[in-house]
Amino acid sequence: MADAAALRLPQEVRDAIDALRPRYPTEEALLLPALHLAQKHWDGWLPDEAIAAVAHELNLTPAKVYGVVTFYDLYHQNPIGRHRLRVCTNLPCALRGAEEVLASLKEHLAVDENEVTPDGKCSFVHFECLGACEQAPMMMVDNDYRGGLTPDSVRRIVEELD
Amino acid sequence: MSFEPVLLRNVGRPEARKVEGYRENGGYRGLEKALEMEPDAVIELVKDSGLRGRGGAGFPAGLKWSFIPKAVDKPKYLVCNADESEPGTFKDRVLMEEDPQQLIEGCAICCYAVGASACYIYIRGEYVEPADILEEAIRDAYEAGILGDNVMGKGFKLDMYVHRGAGAYICGEETGLLESLEGKRGQPRIKPPFPAVVGAFGCPTVINNVETLCNVPHILERGALWFKSIGTDERNTGPKLYCVSGHVENPGVYEFPIGVTMTQLIEACGGMWRGRQLKAFIPGGASAAILPADKADVPLDFDQLAKAGSMLGSAAVIVMDDETDLVRSVYRLAKFFNHESCGQCTPCREGTNWAELVMKKIVSGHGKPGDEELILRICRNMGGTTLCALADAAVGPLRSLVQNFPDEVAGWLDGGGPATEPRRYFAEEVTA
Ligand SMILES: Cc1cc2nc3c(=O)[nH]c(=O)nc-3n(C[C@H](O)[C@H](O)[C@H](O)COP(=O)(O)O)c2cc1C
Ligand code: SF4
Ligand code: FES
Repeated sequence: MADAAALRLPQEVRDAIDALRPRYPTEEALLLPALHLAQKHWDGWLPDEAIAAVAHELNLTPAKVYGVVTFYDLYHQNPIGRHRLRVCTNLPCALRGAEEVLASLKEHLAVDENEVTPDGKCSFVHFECLGACEQAPMMMVDNDYRGGLTPDSVRRIVEELD
Repeated sequence: MSFEPVLLRNVGRPEARKVEGYRENGGYRGLEKALEMEPDAVIELVKDSGLRGRGGAGFPAGLKWSFIPKAVDKPKYLVCNADESEPGTFKDRVLMEEDPQQLIEGCAICCYAVGASACYIYIRGEYVEPADILEEAIRDAYEAGILGDNVMGKGFKLDMYVHRGAGAYICGEETGLLESLEGKRGQPRIKPPFPAVVGAFGCPTVINNVETLCNVPHILERGALWFKSIGTDERNTGPKLYCVSGHVENPGVYEFPIGVTMTQLIEACGGMWRGRQLKAFIPGGASAAILPADKADVPLDFDQLAKAGSMLGSAAVIVMDDETDLVRSVYRLAKFFNHESCGQCTPCREGTNWAELVMKKIVSGHGKPGDEELILRICRNMGGTTLCALADAAVGPLRSLVQNFPDEVAGWLDGGGPATEPRRYFAEEVTA
């Protein structure tokens, strides 16, 4: 067992969690918000130490927290690029060419899904419907929605990221 | 066909995100009225309006509210379902982005009617911007005295919180959602007990969809008769948002009296994309049976669509033109359901997996005569035997492919290919 101090969440994350406490009758209900906050702090993914620290903060076992982390698509247990691209390929987007967009993006980045480009800039995944089918084909660039994609525009969007 | 928007009346009025701007357009009159009434009378009014749930199942909203027990000394909750993950659905996002106060008002009226002191809006984790907009609107509503210890000065206490999900379709199912809200894996619960009795944190809970709740202020303000005057009949009342995607010129959210037809929707969307012909459409999201073009004049309401062998669901209308390969389309949906099954029930966990494998076999060119029967058998094994309706949802498109479009499947078998050029929309090569 690592020493307790090392398991502590950074103060600003703990403050943010504390601010949410009055909203819920149980501590466990803070788990999803706490994981979102921790993931933000740890550059978009949840290393083991982050999971241990969240478990410690909420008096939950790490096993319980791992169980939750693995259930949801938005929590990541591996490093991601500075930018995370989620390309929707569900049916409404596919009907407007999402598979071609994904192929173009993959060729351009020259890595597989969930791998990080050698410069650390990007990683991508295909994703289920993102609730913006009127913009099909579309993707999420970090927290933003980008619609009306074409095989060319998706490359340009990547080029323009820092 | 034109219709004066009700739910979408504040679209393009960014000032309506604030209480003041919302009020300028008639906002918060419904809540004001509700607070003058007995809570039970509010429930009766909503019952009388015939409003049915817009989240998928079409359960009467007022009736659901009436199930909340009165004499319990536990807190009661409203949970607003803003998970919106049914493929093809995007109306709740538009409602939250364009008119968050309308949702807050609907939630507040529901809470008053059932005696809930807190409301959680469970919003899918991907909706980061809509969640921010809602948070901001809630903050403004607190400042304006719409929320907090003394709602509109009437002594009613109400807190409202946005709770973000983390990416899982099954968290849209109401008990999966409750598990997720409580900080667990989003695995649906055994029912009964129903959430009205044992819901969030073990307390009586109403769960309603965003659009359902957005209808409520208008019912309060304009009355049940007005609401019932819109729609096809007394079981299908009120305005309805249709999310049109796929092969139309202008995909988007369209508001019509419930019961508009596919033909009318296509016209409202500026016609078929690039002048093509309609081959098929899904009227109610990925969980609904696919209908052929000759059903384009069926009123898109709960009962007429059920009669036509499909369902209104979340009114996600996915339009497919004559160059769409339906077999590849259903393969994509089978992949979706396999990915989203939470795995608790064997028929669902195994069935969604088998469905994907069989569809994959077919679209990789290895289908054999008899595979149609295999698909139907998988459907029979999945339907009605599980904890939640995801398994039934997975059956919807699969069974309709075989039953409504036998030629599409037959074409693929015995080394055949799609009835149409597949690479137009489905670029990915599928290999077994
Ligand atoms: C697999 C599955 C996914 C669902 N997803 C959603 C959803 O994203 N949003 C929603 O409002 N209802 C969804 N529902 C329906 C809910 O379980 C529930 O019926 C609904 O939230 C009730 O609200 P309403 O009566 O206002 O429609 C889903 C149901 C199932 C079985
Ligand atoms: S039917 Fe499927 S998704 Fe629903 S509880 Fe069972 S395994 Fe989970
Ligand atoms: S299918 Fe891509 S956003 Fe809905």
